[in-house]
Order: sequence, then C-alpha cells, then structure tokens
Amino acid sequence: MTHTTVHRLSEFAVGLLFGLGLLISGMTDPGKVLGFLDLAGAWDPSLALVMGGAIVVGFFAFGSAKKRTTSFLGGALHLPTAKDIDKRLVIGGLLFGAGWGLAGFCPGPGIVTMATGEPKAALFVVAMIAGMLVFQFTDRKPKS
Amino acid sequence: MTIDWANFTPWMSLGGGILLGIASAVFILINGRILGISGILGGLLAPKTGDIGWRVAFVLGMLAAPVTMSLLTPDDFISVPRIEAGYVMIVVAGLLVGYGTRLGSGCTSGHGVCGLSRLSPRSLVATGIFMAAGFAIVFVIRHLL
Repeated sequence: MTHTTVHRLSEFAVGLLFGLGLLISGMTDPGKVLGFLDLAGAWDPSLALVMGGAIVVGFFAFGSAKKRTTSFLGGALHLPTAKDIDKRLVIGGLLFGAGWGLAGFCPGPGIVTMATGEPKAALFVVAMIAGMLVFQFTDRKPKS
Repeated sequence: MTIDWANFTPWMSLGGGILLGIASAVFILINGRILGISGILGGLLAPKTGDIGWRVAFVLGMLAAPVTMSLLTPDDFISVPRIEAGYVMIVVAGLLVGYGTRLGSGCTSGHGVCGLSRLSPRSLVATGIFMAAGFAIVFVIRHLL
C-alpha cells in the first residue's frame, strides 16, 4: 500500500467511527438534541454526557499532540493557531446556535442522518452548504 | 427543572461520546488533522490542490456509518430521528448553521469537542455562545411562541 492509500483509508475509518459515535450517542436524533436545549421543559441531560465523554478522551489526545511536531504517519500536525476572540467568532456562534436550536441539527449529525435516507436531513445539508457558499462569496476578510 | 428520565440515555450517550473522542484523538495523532465537520466541509467548497482527498475520505466514512450500524446492530439499537421542524424551518436552520459555522470557524465538533479538549479559550467562548443561543431559541419556540 502506498503512503497515500494508508492516509485515505485511515481518514475514511475515522469518519466512519465518528459517524457511529454520533448515531450511538443520540446526536443524530434532533428530538434528543432539542430535549437537551430545552432547559425549561422536560430536560434530557444526555448530550452533556456525549460532550463529557468526548472531551475526556480528547483532553489526553491533544495533550500529547501538543508535545509532538509530526503525526504518527509522519505528516504535519495541523493544530489551530487562531487565538483572537473577535466579532466574527461571537456572531458566527450566535447564528450557528440559533440554527442548531431551530432544527436540532448541527453539521455532523445532519450529514449522517441524511445518509440514513431522511429527506429533511438532506434538505438541511443542502441549505447548510448553501449557507457556507453564501459566506464564502460574501466574506471580505482575506483568509489567513 | 424536571429531568426527562424516559428519554435520558446515559450509557449510550457516554459510550457514543467516547467514540467521538477516540475519533478526534486518532485524527489529530495519526492524521494530524482537527476533526471539525464545518471546517472539513468548508474546505471542500473552496478546494485547494492536495487538500481535497483527506476531506472526501472522511466524509465518505461518515456517510457509510448508518449502513454499517444497521449491519452490526439490531434495528432498534439506535434512536430514530424525531424531526419536529417543518421544511421552511429546516431551510432557515441549515442556512444559519452553514453561514454561522464558517464565520465562527467551527461547530460542535471543532470548537465543542476538539477546542475544549485543547483547553482553547477561543473555543470555550464559541461553545458557550452557540450553546446559549441554542438554549435561548428553544426557549422562545417552545415556551414563548
């Protein structure tokens, strides 16, 4: 196997694992997501456990990633460098959170639920891609 | 506050969350990439030479998850999606999620999981804001309108 094949296979496997995690955790059920976001109703705390479980594992992984200069496959480690807490971060978060609360889908679960054959999830993904394209073609700030 | 015990799935959610953490861990340590869905997708919409293959492979893996799950587990193992929103609401939600995640450079995976795991103050602020906006919108829709 060539080096590129190993890369592509591992990326596919990670995408698959991530998709399975979304399905098992309940994130692909908008009813469950909205149950978590509805603090004033009958509250479903499940999503706190999803985030908690993911972050505990991630904490150790990123702790060791920060001490490395290359990945295990020998490539660059693309750790984010942006640190600024600016208007873009705040407004982007507000818009995203509003959309998340409207339908109960965030990007990953939207894509995985689309793949279950759910037409509304497919419509969500199409609209999400349209939103991304609108951003891309109207954004004035040069990409760093 | 009342807890919705009937829908609370502590073990499945914790187990699924740990899988999300393992996927994020493998992606940064083995592939050197941040597992952030909006970023991975956004990069495909503005493709650069040599920066496409890994994104396509990852998305194909995600798309293969439901069929894999149905082969491995009984039919009622995972919860069926309950979608309350109508078609117009779905489109508005999608546009907001797409635009907002690109403007804010991340979503639940990139900021929420990877960013908080890295102890990034920027991601902590982003996550706090999108969660707060989500709580607020659901409150308005379910309790005020």
